Amino acid sequence: MAKFGFSRKHLAIPYAAFLILFVIAPLLIILYYAFTNATGQFSVSNFIGFFTDSNTLGTLVYSATLSLTTTAVCLLFAYPLALILARGGIKKRNVFLLLFIMPMWINFTLRITALKEILTAIEHNLAFYPFINSVIGMTYDFLPFMILPLYTSFLKQDKDLNEAAADLGANTINVFLKVTLPLSIPGIISGVMMVFLPAMTNYVVLDMLYNSTYIMGSLIGSYFAAYDWNNGSMISVILLIIIFGITLLTNRFGDENEGGGRVV
Amino acid sequence: MKKFLSYTWIFIVLLFMYLPILLLAVYSFTDSTMIGTIRHFSVQNYITLFEEEELRNMIIGTVILALGSAVIATILGTCGAIGAYYSKKRAKLIVNSMNQVPVVNADVVTAFSICILFIVVLGIQKDTFIPLIIGHTVLTAPFVYLSVIPKLKQMDNNLYEAALDLGASPAKALFKVVIPQIIPGILSGFMLAVTLSLDDYFITTYTKPATFDTISTYVVNATRGSRTNIKTALWALSTIIFAIVLIVVILMNLKSSDDEERIE
Repeated sequence: MAKFGFSRKHLAIPYAAFLILFVIAPLLIILYYAFTNATGQFSVSNFIGFFTDSNTLGTLVYSATLSLTTTAVCLLFAYPLALILARGGIKKRNVFLLLFIMPMWINFTLRITALKEILTAIEHNLAFYPFINSVIGMTYDFLPFMILPLYTSFLKQDKDLNEAAADLGANTINVFLKVTLPLSIPGIISGVMMVFLPAMTNYVVLDMLYNSTYIMGSLIGSYFAAYDWNNGSMISVILLIIIFGITLLTNRFGDENEGGGRVV
Repeated sequence: MKKFLSYTWIFIVLLFMYLPILLLAVYSFTDSTMIGTIRHFSVQNYITLFEEEELRNMIIGTVILALGSAVIATILGTCGAIGAYYSKKRAKLIVNSMNQVPVVNADVVTAFSICILFIVVLGIQKDTFIPLIIGHTVLTAPFVYLSVIPKLKQMDNNLYEAALDLGASPAKALFKVVIPQIIPGILSGFMLAVTLSLDDYFITTYTKPATFDTISTYVVNATRGSRTNIKTALWALSTIIFAIVLIVVILMNLKSSDDEERIE
């Protein structure tokens, strides 16, 4: 009787249709545009253009450098902090954790405005240190995304392992290097994933801090402004390949909760 | 000593994250146009914020868009999660994977692909607001889905079966038994959808009608412009948002500590 009637699993149909229409179809469309030229014929000239033009290659290198630096700086700040919060015996650590999450709920353009005003007061002219300013801006924006996954990975670790290692004669440094650090790798990978990609694409941070150098995201922005759908799609596909690579890496080394950092 | 170092590190990171916002908050109550030049106390920025029609419309538009798209995303995402949870393994895996795409994808790429789908392929113009609303739903619904799924896993399945045995229709059992058990997940998914939509810049820029602005796009345009009174009015906006977030966080904390006491 219930065969054609209401069943709970049918509830998934609208959402699945929504995802196919507005997530999967757009990706297929940019794939199509990336591999065609302006007259609609199949062509790989967009990609050849990207990888032979010194300007766009320079953008890729600059973008990767900025992104790696930002990720490293975030890790440098967040790793000790997450360890302290999870293990340091801090009173009211939930309050502190909340304090580190709270900036995520304030609009990022307003936060960057605040940072910009301060940097201007310190440096007088933002144009002097565009790279450093961008790293500071992105670190300011993305730091909570690095803190959270690290904090959860430290909380999940079995403290008895540390004590066992210490009982068996390892000193503090060895306990950290041989036990705590390897066990926190899934957290590091999740955090890196949460920071690295936005740092390659969030060109608004650079715009607002008057850094006129392009990153990968800015290329999409400029092709979009010029109605150049083919080249914009080509950049999107390159970014998708990078994302896919990072995801594979995460699935291999990461834990099940990857991406969960953004959820909180 | 170790404690001292721990607290110092926490303090340094907190200072980095809050100094810009707090300093901007202080300066929003003065008539200075730059940080560092102290003049007189003034609430002119707050008056401008409420009197300037452009600013008022932009704030109201942002809030309506966030709430509207969050309602759609919550309904779609919740139904999708319930449906997928009770589907066969393969169907569940497909919905899960599709759901993961906007989560890991860069916002610029999502935005660009949705823009191509609507404007170039479907020919639906931006001033219909359809691309904008659907774009925001694509951004937020996957996070609703991700916050509901864990609650479904924690749920006691026997209760649903019991309700059916006692004569409830599947739809009634769903609303009276399943939904009440997962409501915390639905609510946190809704809150998350609202904050993600409020924070979004890229989806909005690529899909919005030319005359419509959200806080993010407005602020970015304002940093390029030269209207000083608008610039400092945005300091006031930043301060108000910070105050709202702070109050909400404190209220939620008081409530959750109440709940804990009751459980004890």
